Amino acid sequence: MHKTRIIKDKTAGATMLALTIFSILFVVVMFVGLYLKSVPVLEGKSLWSLLSSSEWKPIKGEFGFLPFIAGTLWVTFIAILLALPVSLFTAFYLTEYARPAVRKFVFPALDILAALPSVVYGIWGTLVIVPLISDRLAPHFVEYSSGYTMLAAGIVLGVMVIPLLVSLFIEVFSMVPRDLREASLALGATRWQTSQKVVVRKTLPGILASTVLAVSRAMGETIAVLMVCGCVMTIPKSPLDSGYPIPALIANNYGEMLSMPLYESALMFAALILFVVVFIFNLLSRIVLYRMEKRIGQ
Amino acid sequence: MIEVKNLNIHIKDAHILKDVNVTLPERQITCIIGPSGCGKTTLLRTLNRLIDSTEGVRLAGQVLVDGQDIIRSGAEITELRRRIGLVSQRPCPLPMSIFNNVAYGCRINNLCKGKELHRRVEENLRGVGLWDEVKDRLHAPAARLSIGQQQRLCLARSLAVEPDYILADEATSALDPISAKTVEDLFVKLKERYSIIMVTHTLRQALRIADHVVFMYLGEIVEQGSADQVFHHPQHELTQKYLSGAFS
Repeated sequence: MHKTRIIKDKTAGATMLALTIFSILFVVVMFVGLYLKSVPVLEGKSLWSLLSSSEWKPIKGEFGFLPFIAGTLWVTFIAILLALPVSLFTAFYLTEYARPAVRKFVFPALDILAALPSVVYGIWGTLVIVPLISDRLAPHFVEYSSGYTMLAAGIVLGVMVIPLLVSLFIEVFSMVPRDLREASLALGATRWQTSQKVVVRKTLPGILASTVLAVSRAMGETIAVLMVCGCVMTIPKSPLDSGYPIPALIANNYGEMLSMPLYESALMFAALILFVVVFIFNLLSRIVLYRMEKRIGQ
Repeated sequence: MIEVKNLNIHIKDAHILKDVNVTLPERQITCIIGPSGCGKTTLLRTLNRLIDSTEGVRLAGQVLVDGQDIIRSGAEITELRRRIGLVSQRPCPLPMSIFNNVAYGCRINNLCKGKELHRRVEENLRGVGLWDEVKDRLHAPAARLSIGQQQRLCLARSLAVEPDYILADEATSALDPISAKTVEDLFVKLKERYSIIMVTHTLRQALRIADHVVFMYLGEIVEQGSADQVFHHPQHELTQKYLSGAFS
């Protein structure tokens, strides 16, 4: 009896270790695969010229990725800018202010929002946000805008990210011990003061980590963005310009025109850029997170 | 003075406090004693209305703090809480520096700033005997202090907003014996200026420091009076049994 349970325990441990190594290995394999596929396009041009050029003429073998990088950054930036405050205050309300009955109603609603397929968000963006921008908003600022803009993509993406961020923030805020809130309240602090000065401070690393997760998610979102971003290969100068984020580029073109030399390699390189950007972003935030936790003394 | 009149508290379906009538005298240490789950902490948490954050709680009756009923709706809770400090069982430093922990209450209540704030922080850290230990690292995170130091910091933090009352919920039970003794001695010193209401599990502690004793059992007040009276001439059979260690 004794022996079997120990053998079971050891087997379970070894299996889980193997699976963990497998998932990490997967990331490495993916990186190596993308890199190997990108080699042809990297051999033709220097890395810098690929990243800084705006020329995209596959027939001539010209591949400049700057417009796509810029498009990705625009869309992600707008999305997070919109989603962050909304999510933060929603999470505050739900954890610090709302009655349990309200929570019971809102949590499932958020889950539904999170579970909607992204193509549904794309359609909503096309039918509602795009016309709203082209007819109502853009005329105040520019002569003409199709509505298929970085702003439209940012809004759609922002709304998609909100449920994710809210549930992450709620998770983070719920980890704050009740004693800590009460220590603040017992000194005569209002709930708002307690939220601002104690809950936020205590959870700053968690807020940051959640935001990084949301940014990574936003950078990679494809379908919904593709449907409303305009897919124009220029560097967007304002939120009311069209653009072409990297995931949209890959999704739109992969599988087509692959007879063109270097085209597939260029798309793989685009994927590699996305991979590396998300990777570096996560790495940097880890470092910041580590410093922060040390400073707060947790 | 705090007077509790006919206080009844229900949490969901449970009747936690039953017709509680208590008088808590000024500038004395009142110890609330009784077995676990008898409602000591609930009573304490009612005095500064922290009980409000408990889900499904219903209050009925009166709690008069200097004649003002704090249960009545419309009572200003933040000012009430400033006047009634709390030291909890486990020290709970706020996620900020030692200095800011003590300054926090003054800042949020707009009591003072600048030099006056510094003066007040120093004064209160001195008051709890922590100043010499931390004066060179006032801006280090409070979480790095030892547990005993943290508890004294929490006491300093409560005193910095100039309360009239101090509630202590088993404030020494999580501490090592030496820190516990230090904090206990502080309470004795503090009763010159503050009215202290203390929940304690250790009968010996109550014997050492209580001026006034409230004995609770199953949500009811069994006996209350001066320490001498309750400890040496208990009227009620339950009190006698509790004191003799028949149950705890």
